[in-house]
Amino acid sequence: MALRLRSSLSKSNFLNILLRHNNLGFGTASHTTRVSQNPISRFCNTMAEKLSSVGEHEDANAQVMDFPGGKVAFTPEIKFISESSKERVPCYRVLDDNGKLITNSHFVQVSEEVAVKMYSDMVTLQIMDNIFYEAQRQGRLSFYATTIGEEAINIASAAALSPQDVIFPQYREPGVLLWRGFTLQEFANQCFGNKSDNGKGRQMPVHYGSNKLNYFTVSATIATQLPNAVGAAYSLKMDKKDACAVTYFGDGGSSEGDFHAALNFAAVMEAPVLFICRNNGWAISTPTSDQFRSDGLVVKGRAYGIRSIRVDGNDALAMYSAVHTAREMAISEERPILIEALTYRVGHHSTSDDSTRYRSADEIEWWNKARNPLSRFRTWIESNGWWSDEEESDLRSRIKKEMLEALRVAEKTEKPNLENMFSDVYDVPPLNLREQERQVRQTIKSHPQDYPSDVPL
Amino acid sequence: MAALLGRSCRKLGFLSSGHGARRSVSTETGKSLNLYSAINQALHIALDSDPRSFVFGEDVGFGGVFRCTTGLAERFGKNRVFNTPLCEQGIVGFGIGLAAMGNRAIVEIQFADYIYPAFDQIVNEAAKFRYRSGNQFNCGGLTIRAPYGAVGHGGHYHSQSPEAFFCHVPGIKVVIPRSPREAKGLLLSCIRDPNPVVFFEPKWLYRQAVEEVPEHDYMIPLSEAEVIREGNDITLVGWGAQLTIMEQACLEAEKEGISCELIDLKTLLPWDKETVEASVKKTGRLLISHEAPITGGFGAEISATILERCFLKLEAPVSRICGLDTPFPLVFEPFYMPTKNKILDAIKTTVNY
Repeated sequence: MALRLRSSLSKSNFLNILLRHNNLGFGTASHTTRVSQNPISRFCNTMAEKLSSVGEHEDANAQVMDFPGGKVAFTPEIKFISESSKERVPCYRVLDDNGKLITNSHFVQVSEEVAVKMYSDMVTLQIMDNIFYEAQRQGRLSFYATTIGEEAINIASAAALSPQDVIFPQYREPGVLLWRGFTLQEFANQCFGNKSDNGKGRQMPVHYGSNKLNYFTVSATIATQLPNAVGAAYSLKMDKKDACAVTYFGDGGSSEGDFHAALNFAAVMEAPVLFICRNNGWAISTPTSDQFRSDGLVVKGRAYGIRSIRVDGNDALAMYSAVHTAREMAISEERPILIEALTYRVGHHSTSDDSTRYRSADEIEWWNKARNPLSRFRTWIESNGWWSDEEESDLRSRIKKEMLEALRVAEKTEKPNLENMFSDVYDVPPLNLREQERQVRQTIKSHPQDYPSDVPL
Repeated sequence: MAALLGRSCRKLGFLSSGHGARRSVSTETGKSLNLYSAINQALHIALDSDPRSFVFGEDVGFGGVFRCTTGLAERFGKNRVFNTPLCEQGIVGFGIGLAAMGNRAIVEIQFADYIYPAFDQIVNEAAKFRYRSGNQFNCGGLTIRAPYGAVGHGGHYHSQSPEAFFCHVPGIKVVIPRSPREAKGLLLSCIRDPNPVVFFEPKWLYRQAVEEVPEHDYMIPLSEAEVIREGNDITLVGWGAQLTIMEQACLEAEKEGISCELIDLKTLLPWDKETVEASVKKTGRLLISHEAPITGGFGAEISATILERCFLKLEAPVSRICGLDTPFPLVFEPFYMPTKNKILDAIKTTVNY
């Protein structure tokens, strides 16, 4: 997997941590300019560097030993690496709470066109979510899960990627599809499982997928997509594509074994993959304090030899900049990047959840109003003269109308034909499935009342 | 250990050239190879014939703990043949992603006993990848290879036969070869089949089985069972290493005037019901044998299906001679195993029912 030897070496010398408590958050020397003394594979990161003469035990420290994995210096002091740094890793943001650009902030400039599309898509996502949610409450949809509060993560990250980057979502990232051109009608079709659904009516609502838009179909299993993304990234690297794999997951997902497996594989395989964690504070009813005891997700990257950043997930401009930068690193340096986007899940986990049972309505309201990602970004684009109240209301009324129409059409479109139950289990239905289809069709003739009338035979 | 019945060093030439073998490939000559060499050959051919194919898993770089991947890294490079971290869920998950991008991912799980961490990826991702996406995506290029089965001294964690778990998963295929020549042809079929496949290799036969294996690229079809010995009084169905034992029982039964028909199922999912049904309609009796524990074993599926299809033709209950319902024991392995004599006794009981 070590296709090429790299000269830049990230200094993950644990003795440095012991002696200097070096907190490598954002803001220290840029990784892309750091070059090691030894032009060897960067994954000899267990290699200790020669210590400068610090401490009282210089003679003992001067001895080094070559264990498998590289040289380590010794210390006669019994010192443990602390379980956490003194300070939490700082969070990258560019817009303040009111949407005003922070002075001297680093960010990647976005054009008016891109910024307006970003904002419009965030609004569209918000309206779509609200309408679908209500539709489920009214009994028109069986199930729905909103992305309320996480619109900036969805849209800004998508905007920073290229269409060839392959997406491995969890289930709270429909905005990425929206950005790429999935229509409101297509969303509605999947939710109703009608014959126009790409997925042919096989899965619950919000389990979108689109090969045309390079977005792998959602599966409800948590974090299983992470190692898949690494394999896909490896494929892109082998094909020398100017593209990376991007996978999303929540704070809860990071507890799964597949998270550990994926990050470790990504580092060893030198795979160009972005791991974007939506740390929204909740895994259904489980707060992050019951999920892990590390300083969030960002510190976990180092354990695998992965460069990481923590970003304000509700700051669309910061999100865009972080993902844009990470993507370039991932592809040009053939490495994984971990991005922890801090945010808040404003909506319930899904329509099967009432989150006021485990958190206060005040807390939800505060995040919805005071920390709303849409209003912050709106302030910024308005300050550039790129948006107005009139455009806002025009957009909102247009989208609402389109959404309701999409719902109406999707609802009355017929379901996929029964044969779609038996196709695609394998590339070609085997004999046992053909036999079972025959049997089911026989049974339907005898007991038609047992079967839904909206599934064409 | 020396008392292990039927596990002495016995060459398996007779299985392939036995009565009624119909595969054209079995009449070809080739080089005398053991099972791991035949598998190695298949992998060389697979990687040579498709530049977008990869072999990876724990320790495959130096040739693998069973030497199945010898020479691959040297020949095809470390980008295509490589070691992975020790993590089965990662190995299979990574393989699924690679396959989803149109590559052939030939994954090795070091022992079938260790496949369980990957079970979620196999069941919930690989098996459903095509179906759930409406055929927009698939990971058909995925093949998972794992050594399985008793080896004489393997105990709980180097002897398991977990095929039954996987036969319960719509969307994947399960294939088990009986010999070197079969293994090469079946493995190439699995690798090229557009569906994810789990390929269990009888580790007992890696060195013990030696056979003439044609050197060229050939494939043996999946989901086609083979009658490897014709007979009239009773049908025996098995797979993998167990067929050697069953063949011995058939030979001894013949001395007592019982004519046995022996079928190698080869593909367990989806399995060839028609061949077994035709045979049982002829003989009226069925005996299934597998190393895996009897309860919930794949023999139960075969028994139930044949009962449905051949009830009136049956002269006796379907017999299952299988491993016992215990974790695979070390000292007690000879007692656990479905031995030749257990099978022979059951043949006689069934015939005299």
